Amino acid sequence: MINRILILIWKELLAVLRDRRSRISIILPPIIQLFIFAFAATLDVKDVPIGILNRDNGEQAFELVQRFHGAPVFSHIIYLKGVEEIAPFIDNQKGVMVVSIDEQFSRNLDAGKPANVQLILDGRKSNTAQIVVGYTSRIVDQFSADFDAKVGFEPENAALISRIWFNPNILYYWYNISSLVATLSMLTCLVVTTQSVARERELGTFDQLLVSPLVPFEILIGKIVPGILIGAAEGTLMMTIGTLVLGVPFTGSLLLFFLSLFVFVSAISGIGLFISALSSTQQQAMLGTFIFMMPSVLLSGFATPIENMPTWLQPLTYVIPMRYMLIISKGLFLKALPASIVFHNIWPMAVIACFTITGAGAFFKRRLQ
Amino acid sequence: MMQKTLAEEIREGRWRRLKALWTKESYQIVRDPSTILISVVLPLILLFLYGYGVSLDLDHLRIGLVLEDTAPDAQRFAKSMTDDPYFDVKIVRDRREIIPDLMSGAVRGFVVVPSYFSAFRYRPDVIAPIQVIADGSEPNTANFLQNYVLGAFNNWLIQERLQGDVKRLPPVNVQPRFWYNEQLESRFFLLSGSLAIIMTLIGTLLTALVVAREWERGTMEAMMSTNVGIVELVIGKILPYFLLGMVSMTICAVISVLVFGLPLRGSFLLLGLVSAVFLFCALGIGLMISTLAKNQALASQIAITAGFLPAYILSGFLFEIASMPVWIQCLTYVMPAKYFVQCLQTLFMVGNIWGLILFNLLPMLGIGAIFFLITAYKTVKRLD
Amino acid sequence: MNEVLVNIQNLSKLFPKAQTPALQDINATIPKGEIVGLVGPDGSGKTTLIRLIAGLLKPTAGTITVEGYDTIKDAENIHYLTGYMPQKFGLYEDLTVMQNLNLYADLRGVVGEERKATMERLLKFTGLEPFTERLAKNLSGGMKQKLGLACALIKKPTLLLLDEPSVGVDPISRRELWKMVHELLEQGVSIVWSTAYLDEAERCHTVILINEGKLLYHGNPKTLTDRVAGRVFKVTHIEGSRRQLLAYVLQQKNVIDGTIQAQDLRLVLKEATLPVDLNGFKGTVEPTPPRFEDAFLDILGGIPERESELAKMAPRAPETTEKVVVADNLTKKFGAFTAADHISFEVPRGEIFGLLGPNGAGKSTIFKMLCGLLTPTEGRAAVNGVDLQKAPGVARSHIGYMAQKFSLYGTLSSKQNLDFFSGIYNLKNGPREAAIKEMVEVFSLQPYLNMTSDSLPLGFKQRLALACSTMHHPEVLFLDEPTSGVDPLTRREFWTHINGLVEKGVTVMVTTHFMDEAEYCDRIALIYRGRVIHIGTPDGLKEIAKSPEHPNPTLEDTFVKLIEEYDAKNPS
Repeated sequence: MINRILILIWKELLAVLRDRRSRISIILPPIIQLFIFAFAATLDVKDVPIGILNRDNGEQAFELVQRFHGAPVFSHIIYLKGVEEIAPFIDNQKGVMVVSIDEQFSRNLDAGKPANVQLILDGRKSNTAQIVVGYTSRIVDQFSADFDAKVGFEPENAALISRIWFNPNILYYWYNISSLVATLSMLTCLVVTTQSVARERELGTFDQLLVSPLVPFEILIGKIVPGILIGAAEGTLMMTIGTLVLGVPFTGSLLLFFLSLFVFVSAISGIGLFISALSSTQQQAMLGTFIFMMPSVLLSGFATPIENMPTWLQPLTYVIPMRYMLIISKGLFLKALPASIVFHNIWPMAVIACFTITGAGAFFKRRLQ
Repeated sequence: MMQKTLAEEIREGRWRRLKALWTKESYQIVRDPSTILISVVLPLILLFLYGYGVSLDLDHLRIGLVLEDTAPDAQRFAKSMTDDPYFDVKIVRDRREIIPDLMSGAVRGFVVVPSYFSAFRYRPDVIAPIQVIADGSEPNTANFLQNYVLGAFNNWLIQERLQGDVKRLPPVNVQPRFWYNEQLESRFFLLSGSLAIIMTLIGTLLTALVVAREWERGTMEAMMSTNVGIVELVIGKILPYFLLGMVSMTICAVISVLVFGLPLRGSFLLLGLVSAVFLFCALGIGLMISTLAKNQALASQIAITAGFLPAYILSGFLFEIASMPVWIQCLTYVMPAKYFVQCLQTLFMVGNIWGLILFNLLPMLGIGAIFFLITAYKTVKRLD
Repeated sequence: MNEVLVNIQNLSKLFPKAQTPALQDINATIPKGEIVGLVGPDGSGKTTLIRLIAGLLKPTAGTITVEGYDTIKDAENIHYLTGYMPQKFGLYEDLTVMQNLNLYADLRGVVGEERKATMERLLKFTGLEPFTERLAKNLSGGMKQKLGLACALIKKPTLLLLDEPSVGVDPISRRELWKMVHELLEQGVSIVWSTAYLDEAERCHTVILINEGKLLYHGNPKTLTDRVAGRVFKVTHIEGSRRQLLAYVLQQKNVIDGTIQAQDLRLVLKEATLPVDLNGFKGTVEPTPPRFEDAFLDILGGIPERESELAKMAPRAPETTEKVVVADNLTKKFGAFTAADHISFEVPRGEIFGLLGPNGAGKSTIFKMLCGLLTPTEGRAAVNGVDLQKAPGVARSHIGYMAQKFSLYGTLSSKQNLDFFSGIYNLKNGPREAAIKEMVEVFSLQPYLNMTSDSLPLGFKQRLALACSTMHHPEVLFLDEPTSGVDPLTRREFWTHINGLVEKGVTVMVTTHFMDEAEYCDRIALIYRGRVIHIGTPDGLKEIAKSPEHPNPTLEDTFVKLIEEYDAKNPS
C-alpha cells in the first residue's frame, strides 16, 4: 500500500511540475504577489500632504508652523489663503488635513489664555486621519511644553516614553511578509489540490485510477500529500526570500515554523480536496478556490485584526486555519514566539486538519459515483 | 450585383442581429448557475465581509498596565486609562506577568508605571517616565495604541494640572474635526471602496468566463460562420453583462446604505454614471482576457490573478496609495479600480465633488477605450 | 459533369507551434449539386479543411474559392452562401429548441412570412415539432444533431458544410440524417459531409480522402473501390480458431490486409492470382465485393505490423470454466432516469464480448458498473467471481482498462506513464523493470521514452495506452471505445494485439458505437435506451435482418430493425 501511495504522490508531483504552465503558475504569481503586496499593503502614514491656514500674524503661530515643516511625516505642506479654501482642499482630496490657526492664536498664548488649533480632517480616510492627528498632537504637545518652558512655567516632568517592540521602525513589509508566507502557501496548496481531481476527471484518467488496485483511501492520501509538500515548499521559499532577500528578521525556532507550516497546509489540503471532489471541471475548481479564499483571508486577521470585528463574528474565526498560522508566523518571525504559544495555536489547526481530511475522504468516496 | 446587395443587406440586419444576440445572452444569464454565483452570491458574501468582517476601528484595545507604583498619582493615571472607553485594561503588578500576553496577542501593548514614578515626579531634575510599549508586529494597531495612550496621558496631565497648585492648562488646544465621518467608522470607506472590487468581479471575471465559454463550446465558431459582425458579437455579448453589472451595483449600494448605514451624500445619478464608466472599463479588460485565453479555466485564472487581486491591493480602497513605494504608485495609475474607488468614497461620504469626479472619470474612459481598441484590433472573424 | 462550386488550390495550413502542417498541398474541387464526402481519421485535417472552406481559417498557402468568392477576401460572401454545422453542433445548451432556431433565423436574416414557413418546414423535417420548448441540453444526441442541422439550414444555403454530423448517434437517426441530406440535394443544395466512418464515404457522389493532412484520393468512391476489385476475398466456413488463422494468414506477403468479419475472415491481397495459404485450416476462400475501407488500406500500403509481439510475450491466462464476466440484472438509476435497466449476460473465458449502441444508450454505464466504477442500484456485477466494487486491490490487479481517448497523463513522459501504471498494479522492482522493458520492446517505444505523452503521434499514444493497460498481464481487459476515430491502420494494429491476447485466453469486454468494430467480437449485446435488445454473434444478429430484399444485411441493418421493433413496442 505504501508503495502505491508513493507512486501516486510521485506522479502528482510530476504532473504539476512537468507542465510548464503549471510550474510557472506556482512560482511566478506568488513571487510577484510577495513583492508587490509586501510593499503595497501598508497602512503606514508618510509623505502625506497637508494644508496649513495661518490667519495669525504673530510669532508664536509662525513658530508652530515651522514645527510642521520640521516633521518628516508631513512632506508636503500647502498654504491656504482663506477659510473658503478649506472645503475644496479637503473635498478634492488635495490633502488629508488642514491645520487652521485663527487670528487670536499668538495673542491668546501671550495672554495666558488657551489657544486653539483646529484640525480639519478627511473622514474618508479615517485610518490615516487618526494617525495624522496623533502625529500632530505630538508636535503640538512639544510646542506647548517648549512654550511653557519659555514663559518660565515649571515643566511637568512626567513624560510618556514610547517604545515599539519586535518591529521598532514599524516596517510594514516585515508584517506583510510574515503574513504572506501563510497566505501564499495556502494559495498554492489550494491551487494544487483543487485542480488535482478536477483535472483528472476532465482528462479521463480518474477512471483509470479507480479501476486499478488503488483504494479510495490511497488515492486520497496520494492527492493530499503532494498538496502538502508543494504548499510547504512554497511557504519555505517565501520565507527564504523574505529573510535572505528582503531582510525580514526571523527570531523564532525554525523547527517550530516547519512543524506549524506542515500542520497548516495539511488542513488546507483537506479543504482543497473537498472542493476538488465537488467540482467537475477545472474552471469550477478555480471558482471554488476563490470563493473559499476570500472569506478565509479577510476573516483571518490578515489585513485587519480580528479584535476589530464585531464580537458575534469573532467566534467564526476559530475554524479558519489561517487565523492560527498568522499568529504563529508573525510570532516566529518577529517575536521569538515561545513554544508553548506556538503549540497553543497548532493544536486547533491539527484538529481542523483531521476534520477536513476525513471529511474530504468521506465525501470523496461518495462522489466517486 | 450580389456584392452591393449583400453589403446593404448586412447593414440592414444589424439591429435585428443585435437584438437576437442580447436575447440569447439574457436567457443564458438567467439559466446558468455560475453566472448567478458570480453576480449575486459572491457580491453578497463580499459585502457581508466588508460590512462586518473587515474593520480598522479599534474600539476595544486590549492593553496591559503594569502598575508598579501604587501611589495616588499612579492610581489616578491608572484611572484615566481604565476610564477610557477605548481600552480594555488588564492591570498587573509585575512586568513579567504581562509579557506572555503580549507574545500571544492577548494584549497589543502595555504601559509601565515604574515603582519610582511618584517619587521622581517631585524631584526637579529628573523625568518621571511612563513607558508605553506597543507590539510592532501589528503595526497599525501599534500606531493607534500609542496615540490612544498619548491621549489618556494628556487627559491625566490636564487633570493633574487642574488639581495642582498652579492651575494651568496646556497652552495649546488641538481640536480635530473629522469631516464626513464624525463617528470615525472605517466601515464606510471600506464598504464604498469594496463596491469597486465587487464590480471588478462581474466586469472582469464574469465576462472573461462567458466569452471563453463560447470559444470552448464551439458556439463562437458557429456564430462566426454567419454574417454577424465582430462588433455586433462583442456588443451583443457584453451589453447584457453591463446591465447585469449595473443591477448588481445598485443592489449592493442599496444594501450598503440600508443595512450598513453607509450614507449616500452624492447624487444617485452621478453614482450611476461613474459606475457605468467603470464597468465599461472592467468589461474591456475581461473581454481582452477571454480573447487571449480561449478556455474557461485559464481565463478565470488570469482574471483573478491579473484583474481581481491587483484591484484589491492597489486600488487604494484599503491601503493608502500615497504610502506605497513610488514604483508601485506608478502601477496604480493604470488601474481603473483606483479611480473608481476615489469616486465612490467621495460620492458616498462627501457628495458631488465635480472636480474630483471628472478628474477620475477621464482616465477610466481612456483605459477602457484602450482595452477595447486592443481587443478590436486583435479580434478577427476567424479562428486563427 | 457538374459545375464547380468550390475550388481548392495548393492549399496548405500550418498552425503556429505545430510540428507538421495540418494540411499539405491540397488540390480538389467540389462540384455543385452533389454530396461530397470528406473522409479521414481523427486528426487528418478534415475539420481544418472545412473551417478553411467556411472562411474561418486563413490558408498558409494556396486559395479556396466558393462560387468564385475567395474565402479570405470575400469572407462575408462566403458566410452568406454557406451553412455550417460545427462538431459540437453550435447549439446553445441553455436555450430551448425554438430559441436556438430563432437566434439563427435572426442572424441569417430570415424574417416575416418566410421565417414562419421555414420554421414549420424545418421542425417537421427534423421531427422536432413536439420539442420546441425543451432546452437544448436535454435533447438526445440524435435530436441535437438534427437541431444543429436545422439551424444550419435556416436560410437555404448554396453550400452546406457538415463537420462529422453523424458521430455517435443511433443508426436510425443516422439514416434519417442521410435522408434529410438527400432531400436537400434535390432542392439544389451542395453538401460537404465530413466523417471518419468509411462506409459513409461510399454513399457520397465524390470523396476527398485525407490522411495526415495529405490528399490521398479525390473522385468517385466507386472508382477507388474498383481499384481493389478482384483482390478482396472472404474465408468462410472456417473450422477452428479464426483468430489463429488470421494471425497465420497475415504473415504472408501477399496479404496486405486481413480482418475478422463475424465468423469469417476478410482479406485483401496484393495480387489476385496468387493463392492464399491456409496452413491446413479448413476453410473456403471466395471472392467478395470490395468495400471502401479495403481501398483505403490499399492506398495506405497495407498493414505493417503483422504479428503481435505483445501477445507472443503474454502468458496464458489461467484456464477456467467459470464465466469470467457476469452481469446479473444490473440496473442503474440516476434519480428518475434509468440509465441501465436489468442488464444480464455472461462472458466465458477467451471471448471478445462487445457492447454496441449509440451514445447515451447506456453502454458506458453498464461498462462502469462491471469495472466497479459505479454502484448498481440493483443487481450484481462480477469479474472472476468477485464484485469489483467491493473487491480488494488484489482482485483488481487482474483487470486491465483502457479508456476512451487513451487516458494517459499527458504531461508525463512515456517512461513516467509506464512507471506509474506498473507501480499501481503492484509490479515491483525486478518484475516491474522487466515488464516495462518488455513493453518498450514490443511497441518500439524506445525513441519516445522521454517525450511528453501529449506530444506523441496518435498511433504511439494508442500503443502506450495499450502498454499501460496490459503491462501487468491482466486476464480480463475492458476497452471503452478504444479505436473511435483512429485511422484503419492503427485500428488494425490494435486489434492484432487484442486478437493475439485473446488467443492466449484473455477475456475482452469492448464498447463501441462503430458497427464495423462489432464484427471483431465473438458476441455482441445491442444496447438501446438502457436495455439489452438482443445478444448474439454478429452473424446470428445479421440473420435477424435477413430478408429476400436484403440477402446480405449489415449489422447496422439489424440494429435498425431491432430498434424499430423496440420503439414500436415501447413508445417513449
